[in-house]
Amino acid sequence: MLDIENLYACIPDGREILKGVTLSVKAGEVHALMGPNGSGKSTLAGILSGKPGYQVTAGTVNYEGRDLLAMPADERAREGVFLAFQYPVEIPGVNNTYFLRAALNARRKQQGKPDLDAGQFLKLVRSKLKLLEIGEDLLQRGVNVGFSGGEKKRNEVFQMAILEPRLAILDETDSGLDIDALQTVAKGINALRDRSRAVVMITHYQRLLNFVVPDRVHVLSGGRIVKSGDKSLALELEKSGYAAYGDAA
Amino acid sequence: MTDATAAIGQLGALREGYKYGFVTDIDSDTAPPGLNEDTVRFISAKKGEPEWLLAWRLDAFRHWQKMEKPNWAKLRIAPIDYQAATYYSAPKKQSGPKSLDEVDPELLKTYEKLGIPLGERAALAGVAVDAVFDSVSVATTFKATLAELGIIFGSFGEAVREHPELVRKYLGSVVPQGDNFFAALNSAVFSDGSFAYIPPGVRCPMELSTYFRINAANTGQFERTLIVAEKGSYVSYLEGCTAPQRDENQLHAAVVELVALEDAEIKYSTVQNWYPGDAEGKGGIYNFVTKRGACRGARAKISWTQVETGSAITWKYPSCILEGDDSVGEFYSVAITNNWQQADTGTKMLHLGKNTRSTIISKGISAGKGQNTYRGLVRVQPKAENARNYTQCDSLLIGDKCGAHTVPYIEARNPTARIEHEATTSKISDDQMFYCQSRGLSKEDALSLIVNGFCKEVLKELPMEFAVEAQKLLAVSLEGSVG
Repeated sequence: MLDIENLYACIPDGREILKGVTLSVKAGEVHALMGPNGSGKSTLAGILSGKPGYQVTAGTVNYEGRDLLAMPADERAREGVFLAFQYPVEIPGVNNTYFLRAALNARRKQQGKPDLDAGQFLKLVRSKLKLLEIGEDLLQRGVNVGFSGGEKKRNEVFQMAILEPRLAILDETDSGLDIDALQTVAKGINALRDRSRAVVMITHYQRLLNFVVPDRVHVLSGGRIVKSGDKSLALELEKSGYAAYGDAA
Repeated sequence: MTDATAAIGQLGALREGYKYGFVTDIDSDTAPPGLNEDTVRFISAKKGEPEWLLAWRLDAFRHWQKMEKPNWAKLRIAPIDYQAATYYSAPKKQSGPKSLDEVDPELLKTYEKLGIPLGERAALAGVAVDAVFDSVSVATTFKATLAELGIIFGSFGEAVREHPELVRKYLGSVVPQGDNFFAALNSAVFSDGSFAYIPPGVRCPMELSTYFRINAANTGQFERTLIVAEKGSYVSYLEGCTAPQRDENQLHAAVVELVALEDAEIKYSTVQNWYPGDAEGKGGIYNFVTKRGACRGARAKISWTQVETGSAITWKYPSCILEGDDSVGEFYSVAITNNWQQADTGTKMLHLGKNTRSTIISKGISAGKGQNTYRGLVRVQPKAENARNYTQCDSLLIGDKCGAHTVPYIEARNPTARIEHEATTSKISDDQMFYCQSRGLSKEDALSLIVNGFCKEVLKELPMEFAVEAQKLLAVSLEGSVG
């Protein structure tokens, strides 16, 4: 589904952050991407979702047979790529439900499906609200406006549940969550797991992986993947830290 | 020749670049250029007006001669040569495109984006009306309905002929001839406009002018509107149109007067989309408008809602004089300035009666090199016990070359007054845009979503059918403002 090949990239100030990332994710798999601060995890998430400002200097990214880097951000989303933001953005005055319905209908249009009307949409929304233990009042508020940190993260996973992406990239969705919220978020991610989808979870900590068990774990350090393994790698990291991997640059 | 006169002359040529523009030959009966007492007499005679109205116009003209153009607004205006303009030009017959096939496809695309009903597009584009759209018969049907209720609604000229006593009683009673420079100019040379009278206790069953907007489109550069709502009556009036409006004249100076008697309510909604000038700031309409309503009786209510997206210059302060006890004034405004547009707009709420209340919600959006100023006065007079005002002014900036300014004036002369003022300025951030795009919305849809969210409190005050068009208009007005 996703093939990243020897990817090099710079951030806006010109510093090279990714130095040859190679990663292959198949449909049905959940990958955890771990690593110390500044190792390039969020940069990679930004590049995959089409965030402006990054410059890819070498390498390729293939998504379902297409050149992902050639697609604008909105097109990627309509084609099923989803980024759960580390810091979700507030949009005052824009009703959460309205926003989500516009997003879903944009995706459905791409799939050649008809728009959902307000009634059908509400039904879908209610079923997912329960899953993520989100109150209905949240729907009527502005997008992320006045949400607590935990609510924002849960809202990201809620959006994901509604949009049903093919490739979900979760950027530190677990950070700042208490244990109850963490379990709820994990439930949301697990509900999405199936043979046709893939998930890339970026995280600092192993604790999320207790609830969402990954198929593969990778350590990103110094802008490249320095080690890959199964779930036991995460446990090992929890014990020994990232020190062993140092700065691979 | 001054810049402005040159611009007036060039407007025709510039229209080539105006994507909504086209040239219409009008076989007109035109007054010689210049402005003097003879011009005023010429206009009055052409319209077959009674002696008292001519005298009223001449009085206005004499006031105007002694007045100076106001210069307190935050607007850069090239000098206007009033002697070079033409003040009367009556279209004899319309000769435009014969069918929609002859209309600029760009213009039609815009109509489509705005969701203008198919039947109205041709008429708005200036296609000879009787050829495709029988608006006259529609108008006649509705006029009959209104007449049954005793509602008078028609052109100002018609009202002068058929209901001179009403016009004479109320004309200038809210905006006197010498009120300000542009109002005085309008009073001297006004071309035509609308008149509405709602008898006591009658609730007008339709949005006035919804069905007439096409016919009313050609009322000229010095429009005059007068609406009188008798005791216990209600009327909702729509002015303007979301469709881009063509006009040969660069200078517009309209006057609108509203009179609401005891327990009456007037809701006045405007969508203004005159030619804003090109991307370099050439051309565009200068829009100097005086709008004022008087709540003359107890519990009267006047509500202004405006969506201002057009014109190169907007100078406009729809106001309420709250004379009656417990009367209510409201002002809801969205003003967009893009490219080189300038807007200085706001309101005046004058509290004279006891327990009078006013609400001001102003949303200014600046993009390109646009300059947007909110200017508002809230004045509580000594006798206005327990007056209350709530003001909220929000500014939204798109890009880093535009400006937003808020200039509130608050004068409380009664210690029981309660006045609240809130103001915010924000910027559409790249993060907001990216967040929307990462959910599958195109750049245009993302911008439109954010802007409409920002304006929501105002847009919800518009009558339903207008609100949908206005939302789309906001998006069209800001096209190309994000890279």
